[in-house]
Amino acid sequence: MDTASPKSASPGVAVEFQHIDKRYGAVFALRDVSLTFGAGECVALVGHNGSGKTTLLRIAALLARPSGGLLRFSGDGMEATGGDIAAKRRIGLVAHHTLLYDELTAEENLILFARLHGLDHPQQRASAALGPANLSRRARDPVRTFSRGMRQRLAIARALLPGPGLLLLDEPSTGLDAAGQEWLGEVLVGLSKDGCTIVMSTHGRRDADGLVTRAVRLAAGRIQEDSGPGGNPDRVLASALAGSEGS
Amino acid sequence: MSLLRPTAILLEKELRSELRSRELITTTFVFVLMVLVLFSFTFDPTSTESRRFGAGLLWLALLFAGSLMLHPSFTREQTNDTLAALRMAPLDPVAILAAKILANFCFLLLTEMILLPVFAALYNLRIIGVLAPLFLVMALGTLALSTVGTVFSAVSSYARMRELLLPLLLLPLLTPALIASAEATSGLLDVSPSLSISWTAFLAAFDIIFLTVTWLFGEYLLEE
Repeated sequence: MDTASPKSASPGVAVEFQHIDKRYGAVFALRDVSLTFGAGECVALVGHNGSGKTTLLRIAALLARPSGGLLRFSGDGMEATGGDIAAKRRIGLVAHHTLLYDELTAEENLILFARLHGLDHPQQRASAALGPANLSRRARDPVRTFSRGMRQRLAIARALLPGPGLLLLDEPSTGLDAAGQEWLGEVLVGLSKDGCTIVMSTHGRRDADGLVTRAVRLAAGRIQEDSGPGGNPDRVLASALAGSEGS
Repeated sequence: MSLLRPTAILLEKELRSELRSRELITTTFVFVLMVLVLFSFTFDPTSTESRRFGAGLLWLALLFAGSLMLHPSFTREQTNDTLAALRMAPLDPVAILAAKILANFCFLLLTEMILLPVFAALYNLRIIGVLAPLFLVMALGTLALSTVGTVFSAVSSYARMRELLLPLLLLPLLTPALIASAEATSGLLDVSPSLSISWTAFLAAFDIIFLTVTWLFGEYLLEE
């Protein structure tokens, strides 16, 4: 597999959650979450299913509006609150779903999103993104013919296309084989070195090993543990992993 | 980015997807054709009878076919949560709705243009002399159907029982536009055909009002 990492991301974007609540009817998915992820941090969100990891990522991705609290982005001369188009330009998301159109080809999907992000030379950017994801030979094939792992690699390539300053990943290694996971690790290390802020939810240590600079454990929509900026994330990761194995 | 550019990009995507799958156009075409053929057997389609019932029948068929076509507009974005990717793009969310409205308008109008000669033949009607005003009325009526239908397809896409919800929301709101479309079409199918200015103006006003409302509130319609 070609392991070249993508072109460097734009400078990191800091994200600040101030007393964020998210309610679905009477159920609280998040309750009074206050966190600040600094530019260039690599954060692992850990916790059981239903702990609020995906909800927090969707709020940061501006896909879900908080029921209460404030969301702020800053970095590289940008100051934005949730919903600003300026913030949207700087955020990439790898979600549970692939966010890809099955009936379009891999190349068409990337060109579509490059054009929607207003990027120059969308065709060249799409080709350049497909190479590292080892999908160049399948560029003209519809996504519906791809395996789960290939779709995930394409989903990651799509998220990286605009050169995000804040990359959000929801269990990104889902469906990836060993080579794919290795490629993802190298991509994330490359982005991290370039100063991109990375926030990923994970159940396993493998995604996080040697990469994360901070770990936050959520339970029932609340922050249970936070290793903090510059702290040692290993203890939080170990306790989360032990908890998930125990459960 | 202005509204026009992302709308054009997304419209191109909608057309490309549909031309590949042909799901919506085929379903709509078959449905309207079946209704028209079936009704042509239920009464004697002489010119006089057809002039009385034809316009209403045509718009009734288009309404049901339209609701059939409009329902998957947003629900098929849920398969891979592609709507999330569109909402994350740095564009005016109204562009997403505008592209869907335009795409549905094109698909419905194309189906109508193919089926119009079949309708004229089955119901023994002469439409050659009134093609231009008939196209105008069909376009205005179809725009009303597409606009309201697409908006409510977006609203109902996250709801439970959405298959039932869309027609329930759609039918009462579209009734005035359907009456105007049927009346204007009926005038054009008459022995001495004439374009009803009042019904056509009503249709145009209906379209302008709903397009404006969509433009003003479209951003909120796409939120989870």
